[in-house]
Parts: sequence; C-alpha cells; structure tokens
Amino acid sequence: MKTANSWIDRHARLLFPLPAILAIVVLIVAPVVTNFVLSLYDYFVGGRAFFVGLENYQRAATDPRVWNGIKNTFYFTFTAVPLQLLVGIGIAVLFNRDFPGKGLARTIILLPMVATPVAIALIWALMFNPSLGVLNYFLETLGLERSLWVAQSSLAIPSLVLVDTWQWSPMIALILLAAMQGVPTEHYEAARIDGASGWQSFWHITIPGIRSAIVVALILRAVDALKTFDIIYVITEGGPGTASETLNVLAFKTGFQFFHAGYAATLLIFLMFLVLGIAVLLNAVRRRTT
Amino acid sequence: MSGIATNAPSPSQVAARARRLKLVKTVGIYLLIAVVLVIMLFPFYWMILTSLRSQVDNVSRVPVWVFTPTLENYQNVIARNNFLTFTWNSFVVAALSTGIGLVLGLPAAYSIARFKQDGLALAILIARLTPYITYLVPWYLAFRALGLIDTYLALTLTHLIVGMPLIVWIMISFFEGVPQDLEEAAFVDGATRIGAFMRVILPLSTPGIVAASILAFIFSWNQFLFSLVLSGPNTRPVPVAVFNFISYGQIDFGGLGAAAVLITLPVVILTLIIQRWIVTGLTMGAVKG
Repeated sequence: MKTANSWIDRHARLLFPLPAILAIVVLIVAPVVTNFVLSLYDYFVGGRAFFVGLENYQRAATDPRVWNGIKNTFYFTFTAVPLQLLVGIGIAVLFNRDFPGKGLARTIILLPMVATPVAIALIWALMFNPSLGVLNYFLETLGLERSLWVAQSSLAIPSLVLVDTWQWSPMIALILLAAMQGVPTEHYEAARIDGASGWQSFWHITIPGIRSAIVVALILRAVDALKTFDIIYVITEGGPGTASETLNVLAFKTGFQFFHAGYAATLLIFLMFLVLGIAVLLNAVRRRTT
Repeated sequence: MSGIATNAPSPSQVAARARRLKLVKTVGIYLLIAVVLVIMLFPFYWMILTSLRSQVDNVSRVPVWVFTPTLENYQNVIARNNFLTFTWNSFVVAALSTGIGLVLGLPAAYSIARFKQDGLALAILIARLTPYITYLVPWYLAFRALGLIDTYLALTLTHLIVGMPLIVWIMISFFEGVPQDLEEAAFVDGATRIGAFMRVILPLSTPGIVAASILAFIFSWNQFLFSLVLSGPNTRPVPVAVFNFISYGQIDFGGLGAAAVLITLPVVILTLIIQRWIVTGLTMGAVKG
C-alpha cells in the first residue's frame, strides 16, 4: 500500500491529469482525426465509402453554396461583434458608477447570456413575426414602416445580428466593467485637476486602461460568433433560401439532412481552421497590445 | 480664465448652475440605465406574457397587454406534451455529465495549477474554441454504428465535451489560490498526494466546485446541437422538445411561451446562486468575477 502510494506520489503530475487527457483524446482528438479521414471519402451515412482523395476539397472550393456560407459567416460575425463591442462599452460606462439597484441591474444583464438559447430564439422568432410580432407593433407605434425581419432575405442576417447583440453585449460590458475597476482612480482625479472633460478622460484614461480587456472580449466573441448555431438554426434554419446560411449551418445540413458525411467533414475541417486561425491571429494582436 | 471680468456670475450662481447641470446629467444617466434594463428584460417579459395569454389573445393583430392570465398553456404543455419526461431527460444528462466532468476535471485542474502544465491548459482551451459541430459528425457515425443513438450515454459523453473544459478552467484559478503551505503541512503529517488533495485541497475549494458544477449543469441544460442529433424519443431533452414544437404544423404561441418559461426558470434560479462566477465561466477564466 505504502509503495503504491509513493509510486502515485512520484508520478502525480502524470496520473492526476491522465483521466482528463484520455477523455480529451477520445472525445475531441479522435473525432478531429476522423474528420480528416472522412474528408477523403465520398460517403453518405449508411452507404458505402469511396476513396476520392482531395475531390471533396476541390468541390468545396468551387461550390457556390460554400462561398455563400463563408460570406454569411463573415457578414454575421463582423457586423455583430463590432456592434456589441460598442454597445458593451456603452453599458460598461453607464454601469461604472454607484447607483441604487446596481447589484440587481448587473444580475438582469446576465440573463440574456445564460438563458437557454433555444428559448430565447423562439421568443425572438415570435417577436419577429411579420403579421403578429410585437416588434412591428413597436415600429408602427413609432410611425415607422412594418418590417419583414427574418422573412426577408436582405434583413435575415441583420435581424440575427440584433438577437446576438442583445444576447452578448452584456458579456462584453461585464468584462470591461471588471477591467474599469482596475484603472486607478488617481488617474481620473489627476485628469480632473488638469481640467480634462469627462470625454477626454474616457479617451485618454479609460480606453487605454481597458485595452487588453477589449481585445480579450473581442477574441472570445469573434470565436463564438463564427460558430453561432442555435439562434440561427432555430430562427431561420439558414433561410429564407440560403440568405442566412452560415458555414456552421451548412455543415450541419450537409451532415444531418443530406447525410453527406464525407463532404460535411471537409466543411468542418475548414470551419475549424477558420475559427482557430482567427483565434490565433487575434491572440497575436493581444500580445502586441499588452 | 482668471475670473476678473466684472459681470461674471457670482460664485453662488455658478454653483447653482453646476448643481443643475449635474442633476440633469444624473437623471439622463439613470434614464439610459433604465432603457438598457428594459431592453434586456423585454424578451423575457414577452415570453411570460405569451405564456399566460389565451391563444385568441396571442394571435391578435394588436398585442394584448392587459388580459386575464390563464395557466391553460402550462397545463397543456405539461399534460399533453410530456414536458416532465423531457425535463427529467435534461436533468439526468446534465447531472451525469457534470458529475463525470468533476471526477475527470478536478484532478486535472489541480495538476495544471500545481505543476504549471500550461500545455495541457492550452489543449483544453483549444477544445473549447473549436466548433462543437466538428465533433458531431464522427460521433454521430460512431454512436450509430454502436446502436447508441437515443441513449443517455451518447448525450452524456458529448455534453462532457462542453462541461469538462469549463470545470477545468474555473478550477485552475481556484486551486492556484489555495496556499501551498497547507498541502505541504499535510505531507509532513504523512498524507499522500491523493490524501492531501481529497482532505485538504478539495474541502478548501468547495465554493469553486459548486460554481463550476452549476455552470457545467447550465451549459448541459442549454445544449442544443448535440442533443438535436443524438437524442430520440427516449432521451429527448427540453431544448430539442421545445424546438420540435415549431416544426409540428400550427404554432401554439402560448404553449411555446410556457415551454420557454419552464426551460429558462431553472437556469435563472441557478444563475442567481452563482452570478459572481458566470462571466468567469463564460470567458474560460479570462476575467475574474
């Protein structure tokens, strides 16, 4: 018993993480490797697999639906993330003071990001409804024209961006709020004595003070926005037509509606490299800013 | 500005104007805060209203704001749609995947914290960053070949992909905060590494473990993608059941609202318990709560 224990103690740095490492290899590494293999085959679920080499990749490179998916993925991500960064900064500035009910307010803005995405998506789908939805009622009340929201191709992605911004701006706000608390108050006092306006101290003290937190928030949001699935699939299923079909949704349909597993694997490899590539790129930016 | 001008306002006038300006600014800020909160809450408010309205009121062209609330929708959802079964399925999978996630994740997080195994931490972070759908096609094929589609096993294993990295990353920062002296004192008293971990480290980390467990539970509860493909009539969890609501012909608005409320309520309650940890969890420890 004693020798067994000392053996464990000597190898603790390997034995303690071993179960988790095994789980990662089985649950995560194995499927990624499988995808690489699958991508070399023409394979429909339940059918026979034919080795086709790089044909899936060639096909993907010239598939207009794939390019549409890439375009939509970027359109969604690079509208949603900057928008929610702006809104997030705004909320953080507003909340970065003492006011009655501050604790409750902070709890309230947590709700959009923790509530079950399917439930949120369904409620937004009801609110978007062109004839019965409450959003059109608001537009009319304000004297504006009714909108088709997600039912119109050109508005599908902007509408989804709206949902995503509602859902995730609070997270950016809370990240930045935590960073703002780390900016020394003496700096603000010194600026006030020097006669700086609120706007000037925001630009010259707050923003530089929270710059690395901004980049961290951007990385986290960009990575998650690129792979957004729940709200898109539930609200539009990628439609109308393919107007809001992101790469993620296209890969899902390819795999689980058309059951074209080989081709889906090819798309997934591309999506994986896209997401990880952007994460690495943004992380390099983060290192340069800190 | 030297203030020598003859017709300059008296100091008391300046002060009064400054106070008035400050008041306007304060009111403006409170108003903006209120607007933010109303926008954040509105979809939830609408969800609850929808769930309490009759179908007639729900399909009115002009939204009905004042009405006699009815619990009919809840009764329908629970009685006619097996909602309790779906809830049970969600609960089983979330509890199992959280439990296994703790057993696997706690020792790993301790090891990463104590032995500075940054490579392993990075590997787990990459697993979190990679789109979950990447893992889904191979897992679907594997479970299909093994006849494990529509089993708790398939759902639990895939939900582990979501929960375990979360647990590890939260617990790393927690274990790093436990003073090493306490552990070494235990070693001097003859404790083994496992003994010290179980009897000294874990009890000191209870708040972190609770937070990590609840977060992992919430993430499993909310999980949609894996469950959509791998569940079936025997194991369908609530998000998939609710999603299926809209696929079956006519939309029952009230039922949808009631289901959305029922699925969200446990999450909101759990969130209130661990709100300090939510952002830490969502940012994989990049931001301390």
